Amino acid sequence: MSLLKIAWRNFCFRPLSSLLTTLSLVLGVALVVLVVSIYGVIREAFTNNAAVGYNLVVGPPGSDLQITLNSVYYLSQPVENLPYEYYLRFLDQSERSRQVDRYGGDPALAEDDGDLAAYVAAGYAVPLALGDYFGKFRLVGTTPKFFEVIRYGENVDQPLTFRQGRAFRQRDEANGYFEAVLGHRVAREMNVAVGDVINPTHGDPEGKAHKEGFTVVGILDPTGTPQDRAAFVNLEGFYLMEGHADDVMPEVASEVPPVAPENARLRAAGDYDSLRPLTIPEREVTAILVKTGFMYGPGLQSMIQEEKLARAAAPIGEISKLMDAIVGPIVQVLLVITLVTCFVAAVGVLVAIYNSMNDRRRDIAVMRALGARRETVTLTIVLESFIIAAIGGVTGWLLAHGIIASQSSRIEDQTGISVSFWSVSQAEWYIIPVVIGLALIAALLPAVAAYRTDVGSNL
Amino acid sequence: MLSLTSAIKTFAQPGGGRLTVLDVPTFQIAAGEQVALVGQSGGGKTTLLHLIAGLLAADSGSVKVDNVDLTKLSEQGRDRFRAASIGYVFQTFNLLPAFTAIENVRLGMSFAGRRGDPDRAMDLLDRVGLADRAGYRPAQLSVGQQQRVAIARSLAGSPKLLLADEPTANVDPVSSASVLDLIRSSCRDENIAMLCVTHDLTIADQFDRVDRLEAINRAFAGPAAVDSAKPVDAPERA
Repeated sequence: MSLLKIAWRNFCFRPLSSLLTTLSLVLGVALVVLVVSIYGVIREAFTNNAAVGYNLVVGPPGSDLQITLNSVYYLSQPVENLPYEYYLRFLDQSERSRQVDRYGGDPALAEDDGDLAAYVAAGYAVPLALGDYFGKFRLVGTTPKFFEVIRYGENVDQPLTFRQGRAFRQRDEANGYFEAVLGHRVAREMNVAVGDVINPTHGDPEGKAHKEGFTVVGILDPTGTPQDRAAFVNLEGFYLMEGHADDVMPEVASEVPPVAPENARLRAAGDYDSLRPLTIPEREVTAILVKTGFMYGPGLQSMIQEEKLARAAAPIGEISKLMDAIVGPIVQVLLVITLVTCFVAAVGVLVAIYNSMNDRRRDIAVMRALGARRETVTLTIVLESFIIAAIGGVTGWLLAHGIIASQSSRIEDQTGISVSFWSVSQAEWYIIPVVIGLALIAALLPAVAAYRTDVGSNL
Repeated sequence: MLSLTSAIKTFAQPGGGRLTVLDVPTFQIAAGEQVALVGQSGGGKTTLLHLIAGLLAADSGSVKVDNVDLTKLSEQGRDRFRAASIGYVFQTFNLLPAFTAIENVRLGMSFAGRRGDPDRAMDLLDRVGLADRAGYRPAQLSVGQQQRVAIARSLAGSPKLLLADEPTANVDPVSSASVLDLIRSSCRDENIAMLCVTHDLTIADQFDRVDRLEAINRAFAGPAAVDSAKPVDAPERA
């Protein structure tokens, strides 16, 4: 009969004690695995989502992290905006001229390329306007170009595709400037389909609803990125909503008459179809998504920071800093707590086995009398602890991954990360060996007691 | 088969100094011989058995079993030798409660390096009349049945010497005779020498040779209370 079987029989002989001891290990290991897995999911989610094709996000002076959270993840609140003219610095002369003609603005803007245009000649600059909501989801004002240039996926090469409908147009015959495209989660949770009209709320999910309605013309396929939980509207329509026109500076206003007062009159009359796009001086952007040409990123970033008119944040760098500065330490604290839990569970193994030593001294003496060596009886104690640790470790791992698998669709909805029962992070490979190691250490005390058991006095 | 020569065993006393418990100038048992050793409690009977089994080491002298001097062996060596050559039947049976009857028997073989041969274990249980109780745990067996399992276990390693420590002390008088018969006949069948320690003279009377502890142990301090009808140190004729 093998020693493992002897140890197994001893394990089974005290079912309640063995079960409770093992259960404490199961819960400890499950906690550790869950924390490690959740950390892995968070890290992967943030890192994947930070890789969306652009390498810089330009926003108003302030925190680079806040710009990133605002513009990449649609989290946190935008604080300030940039003048639309700042966005024009990224455009070439022809586009600047077209926009001045279309919207009205300082004619000097149309004469030259923007001074930053060369940096994005091989890339793009896409404006974002944030601040309103559709339900609990962020409203993102942008241009149709957004849907052409944004990429996602492991290799950042998958374009946005539509489950239904299309991207909004710069101006549509039927819907004018008031078209919207919804991320798949927004459409699902808000129960909205193509053709429905949505009314954003101003500045807050509970804020006043805008009277201007946007017709939903497209719903995106799931991407596993923040785009899933954003409601995109035409930037022009965003500007035309009440309260979104910027106050015009007097010296500019003298050259370019603002349209906001006329739009306010039309809005009051309920004539939304006649609203005119805002002039360039009346516009602001919350952020500009910038993809520079190869190797231009750091140079452009430095230049923008030095000007101090705006900030240029590198999303991946900001997220790495966030992970290292906040999420990492929090997870480390959680890991320490859960490791302490495992340690306590291991102490439980020690107590359970050590307490049972009083009952089994006679058994040990009998085994010794039958010819078992001291090392043999010692090993059976260690093996019993090994059995508890192995069962506890494996069951805990299975429990944690069962929980993860059962919540996989929820996790995917929330983070965009697809997880399955077999999604194993590298750190997990160490958990079960560590638990077994702890249990074996815990077994040393009772094992020594077994080793020292006096046969004569216990028979 | 068994030969003790000037074997002395002492134990440390709480107040200091050492107490001599055993001082055996000479004691021998021939191969296949069955000997009863009688004496009062506290006389060193169990210590003598432990010395012969190699569970204790003699302070001096020699303890030879099958021509192997246990005093020359390390503790591990004595363990190995005990597993291979000595069977032990305890007064309180000492079956391991976590194991079934057949597993208790196989356990004895495992330590003897026979890897718990299930056929032999079943054969032994059959011999003690408990083949149909092989899967029972000790708690599910009667006292007499437990002792029979203990006997089967003691024979599992095919020992050359069987030590029995008050083997019938915890069974009723009717079972007592059959248990003793079983041990003796099993030893006779396999030519196993047997040393049975008892304070029950009716048990001792069934042996052809009865030794009194006070006669072989010079350290024996108790009164000579044994009144055996048979001559001490007489060889077994059976």
